[in-house]
Formats: sequence, C-alpha cells, structure tokens
Amino acid sequence: MRLERRHRSSRAALLLAPVGAVAFTLLVSALLVLWAGAPVGRTYALLLQGGFGSVFAWSETLTRAVPLILTGLAATVAFKARLFNIGAEGQLYAGALAAVAVGGLHGGTGFELPTWLLFPLMMAAAALAGALLLLGPALMKSKLGVDEVVTTLLINFIVLLGVSALLDGPMKDPSAMGWPQSVSLQSELELAKLVAQTRIHTGLLWAAGLAVLVWLLFKYTVTGFDIRAVGANARAAAFAGVPVTRTVVWVALLSGALAGLAGAIEVAGRTSYVTLDMSPGYGYSGIVIAMLAGLHPLGVLAAAVFVAGVLVGADTMSRAIGVPTYIADVIVAASLIAVLVATLLTQYRVRWK
Amino acid sequence: MSDIADILSNASFWVAVLRIATPLIFGTLGVLLCERAGVLNLGIEGIMVAGAFAGWLAVYAGAPLWAGVGVAALTGAAFGLLHAFLTVGLALSQHVSGLGITLLATALSYYGYRVSFPKVNTPPTVTPFAPMEWLQLPVLAAQTPLTLLALLLVPLLAWVLYRTPAGLALRMVGENPQAAEGQGVSVAATRSGAIVAGSALMGVAGSFLTLSAFNAFFFNMVNGRGWICVALVVFASWRPGKALLGALLFAFFDALQLRLQQSGDAVLPYQLYLMLPYLLSILALVLVARKASYPQALMKPYRKGER
Repeated sequence: MRLERRHRSSRAALLLAPVGAVAFTLLVSALLVLWAGAPVGRTYALLLQGGFGSVFAWSETLTRAVPLILTGLAATVAFKARLFNIGAEGQLYAGALAAVAVGGLHGGTGFELPTWLLFPLMMAAAALAGALLLLGPALMKSKLGVDEVVTTLLINFIVLLGVSALLDGPMKDPSAMGWPQSVSLQSELELAKLVAQTRIHTGLLWAAGLAVLVWLLFKYTVTGFDIRAVGANARAAAFAGVPVTRTVVWVALLSGALAGLAGAIEVAGRTSYVTLDMSPGYGYSGIVIAMLAGLHPLGVLAAAVFVAGVLVGADTMSRAIGVPTYIADVIVAASLIAVLVATLLTQYRVRWK
Repeated sequence: MSDIADILSNASFWVAVLRIATPLIFGTLGVLLCERAGVLNLGIEGIMVAGAFAGWLAVYAGAPLWAGVGVAALTGAAFGLLHAFLTVGLALSQHVSGLGITLLATALSYYGYRVSFPKVNTPPTVTPFAPMEWLQLPVLAAQTPLTLLALLLVPLLAWVLYRTPAGLALRMVGENPQAAEGQGVSVAATRSGAIVAGSALMGVAGSFLTLSAFNAFFFNMVNGRGWICVALVVFASWRPGKALLGALLFAFFDALQLRLQQSGDAVLPYQLYLMLPYLLSILALVLVARKASYPQALMKPYRKGER
C-alpha cells in the first residue's frame, strides 16, 4: 500500500470527509448496539429524536453545545499553531472557579459592585485563569522543549484535585449539605434565557460570536496569519520573520481563555455554581470537535451541535431502550479517528500494488 | 520528621512502593518500545483501561488468571495495531491518533462494562493473583507474580534492545529511518511491531490493576497513570534500567504521600497530597528537558521515498 499526494483536493471532498467519517462510525457502532441486544434502527432513531427531534430536544442540544463550541474553538486555535492543548478540561474548571470567585455569594452577599462592572470582571477573570493555566505548558514547550500534551494532561488532574480541595474548603457552599459544591453566583450575573421554559441561554450567542471572531482573526489579521504560519512550519515561519515564541504565547493565552470562558459561561448560564462533575469531558470532546470541523472556526459550530446532539440523544435513547449512554462516547471517539482517515484521503490517493 | 522515619522503617511501606511501581514499569516499558521506534503512543491511558477491563472480564467469565493477562495483552496489541495503521501506515499525527485511541478504548471499555453489567451497584469481583509466599525474600514475597514479571522484563527488554538484531533495527528506525531503510530494514514493519508489542505491555499494565492490585473494574481506575508513564520515559532517557528506577522513585513518593495523608496529623487537605504524583511528573520533565536526548525520529512520520 502506498500513498500518493493528490495535486489538489476538491472542496466537495473536504466537506464530505466529516460526513462520510460520521456515517462510517455509525455503521461500525451498530455492531455495539447489536451486542447490547437492541434493534439498530430503533436505537439510532431514538438517538436522533432525542437529540434533534423536537423543540425541547433542540433546546437541550444547543444548551449542551455552548461549552463544546468554546472548547472546540480552544482546540482549533491551539492546534492551528500545532500547540497541542489537551488541557481544556482543566482550563474550563479554572475558568468556572474564577467566575465564582469574582461573582459568587461569598459570606452571603459577595462583592457589592454594580452588575455592569462585575459581569465583565467575572468573564475576564475566567478568561485569565484559563489563559494562565496554558501559559506554563506553552513556555515549557517553546523554551525547554517539554511536550505540551503530557504537561497539559497532567495539569488537568492537578486542577481537578485543586477544585475538589476548594469545594471542600474556602469555596464550599455551607448550605449544600456536605455535597462538594461551590457557593452560587449572584443572581444578577446569571445569563438570561433565550427561550422561556427551556435551559437554553444567551451563552449560545457568546459562543457563536466568539466563533465568528476567531474566524475573522484567522482570515483577516496578521496574528492569524502568523499562527497559521507557525502551525504549517515553525522553522520556515521563523526564517520569514514570524515571531514564533510570541505567537505561541498568544495562541496559548487565546486558547486557554476560550476554555476558561467555557467554564464561566456554563456557571453563569446553566449551573450557577461549580461542582466536580460539571464537565463530563467537554475539554476532551473539544478536540474531537476541532478535528471534525477541520480546524475551521465556523465548522466548530456545526461539529459542536452534532456532538451535543449525540450526547443528549444518547441519554434519551438509553432511558427508553437501555443501550448504555457510553455509546455516545464511542461514536464521538470513533468519529475522531474516522475523520482523520477521511481527511487524509482528500489529500492522498491510496495506490495498491 | 520522625513520622517519615517511622514510615520508611516499615516493611509494608516498601511493599506498597513495589506494588504501585508495577503497572508503571509495564507501562513505561511499553511507551519506551514505541518511542524508541520513533512513535509516540498517547493511546496508553485508554489501552490501560481496556486491558484492565478485558483481562478482568475474561477472568470473571471463568478464564484462569494468566489467560486474563493474555487477553489484556491481546487487547492492547489490537489497539496498538490500530495506532500502527494510523501513524505508520497512513502517517497521521501521532498526537491526535493516540488521543483518539485513548478516547475510543476508554469509551469501549465503559460501554462494554455497562452492557455486561447493566444494573450493578457494587462492582462484581474476581479472585486476584495471590502473593508469592513461597518466595523467601522480604518485600518481594508479598507481591504477586505480575510484579516479578515486570521486574524480569526490564533486563529482558534491555537485552533485546541492545544485544539483538531486532533491537538494533528498532532503535535504527527510531533514530534514522532513511538509513535503516537503506540497510534493508523495513521501517513500517519494525515500527508497527514495536507499537503492537509496546501496546500489549500497556494492556498488561492495566490488567495488573484489576487482577492484582484490586479485584474489580472501576471507572476512572487508571486515573492518569498512562500519562505518568509517558512522562517517566522522558525522565528515564528512553533506557529500560532508568525506567525501572524512575518508576520506583515515583512509586516511592506516591506511597509516601498516601502514608502522610493517612497519618493522624495530616494538616493539609488530602487533595494536595494526591496532587504530588502529577506535580512530580511535570517537575521530572522540566528537570531533564535540557539534556533529554529524544530518539531523533520521534514523532516524525516516515513515508517511503518522501523526505
């Protein structure tokens, strides 16, 4: 088997790659559904219905998509510069904690500042917390050559333990009956609902807006160009005068900030406090979403809605028919691998000889 | 300080050190094999989960313990084959492929567990490996045969790497694949073989958790041990002997934090003690960063005829 580079890959192929990858994944996952002893057609129909089949399903899917869009953007920005930030999970928690630290009801009242001041402070603190958390690994990578994948992964565990310690101690909600849960956010800081009677909140607009901003950054700014140049070939970029270390630091700050905002917006839009299980791996799913989107910021929107729909739909399906919800995680993980292969096939032709 | 002296003079402490080190020894040797051949394998975290689950499930279904270890190794090898196909066959990003395998292997194991045991609250158990009481050696007699296997694998692997043609070929494709190809060594076959063998060891590392350290499968039971192995290999400069030393040193600190946590006068929140292993791993990476001599072709995909 030999791979031969295609002269050019067609636009249609690039768009079809993720679709084909997902279709292939669903086909393979059907075997797992059969193993669970459930009818494949009905299982997938229920999954689809639960994720996208009604106004309620859509509202739940879009609510779930908000943090996924942001972690997907965090991965997109970092991966474009070949900074493999696998720490979005930890950065999300750091952002959520920072948001509650600034906007929480400490001692019953919290900081008594006007909302127009406190809200931006809260978001800025969350973005900063996420950004600083990634700065260390980015500097260790560019100054010492320490692989950032391993450091960001290890930091995730450290952050989660730190969150756990804070929820047992200084940030604990005294009225939460011993359950590790932080104090709540001041209610004026919570995001408004977009649709009454649902959980969907204005965080969706924030996430979509940030996706457009990131897209504009890559398309129209010098920094965006530098980021892409560093990702394509760091040595060539350095020769061409691109400030490589500075660009990597910017990327780290931006990527970490996006993941931090994911945490703050989850708190302000959905939970209103921090718990240890507020993110079922949104940070890791963000990587899958970025790859499914082909590292395109606007594609992240579609990919995040897809992944959110699968996760939400699997919950509904599992309650109805008993196939374990982990089928969603299998589909998401297998899609990542399938889309890698599919994207490769748009660039290379396989020659059998 | 006398606390620490008390802990260190207790034989059970050293028993714990060796027990904690065992999966790390298997895991680091697995990572070492892959990386010496030039391929990063971030699938380890998930492969350990899959090995832990598959090995345990086989024993639960009635297979002998060693057959369970074999099943874990085969499971690891199967994921290794997938990683080899993606990173060697298709030359895809080793980072992303490895992460994908970790996510997939973990999700598949959890799914499999839930399919096999839909409604259990207390995890079903098996009878794990018994300590080797027949062995007349202190500390080691309290370990299970898997620990002995891990310890014996270290010199064996060193011998294979440095004293056999296969080991030479493996190191060559990790340092200079073009030159290896020129010598008639198949880069693709050698790298794939190393990944499959290394992943099998990762599977065994996982099975130690369910068949020796504990007797059941829990979610999150691997808990970052795989990532720690990846860090330990850098710390060990890709040498089996140093990998053993690194795993033991790491286990020493991990056991120490556990004891300090349990000793009556623990002043800090327990989470801070639990952070220590992860912090140490990062510290180890930073300390050796300046002089780390990575295999020259690590993370560089090789396509025949392409430069």
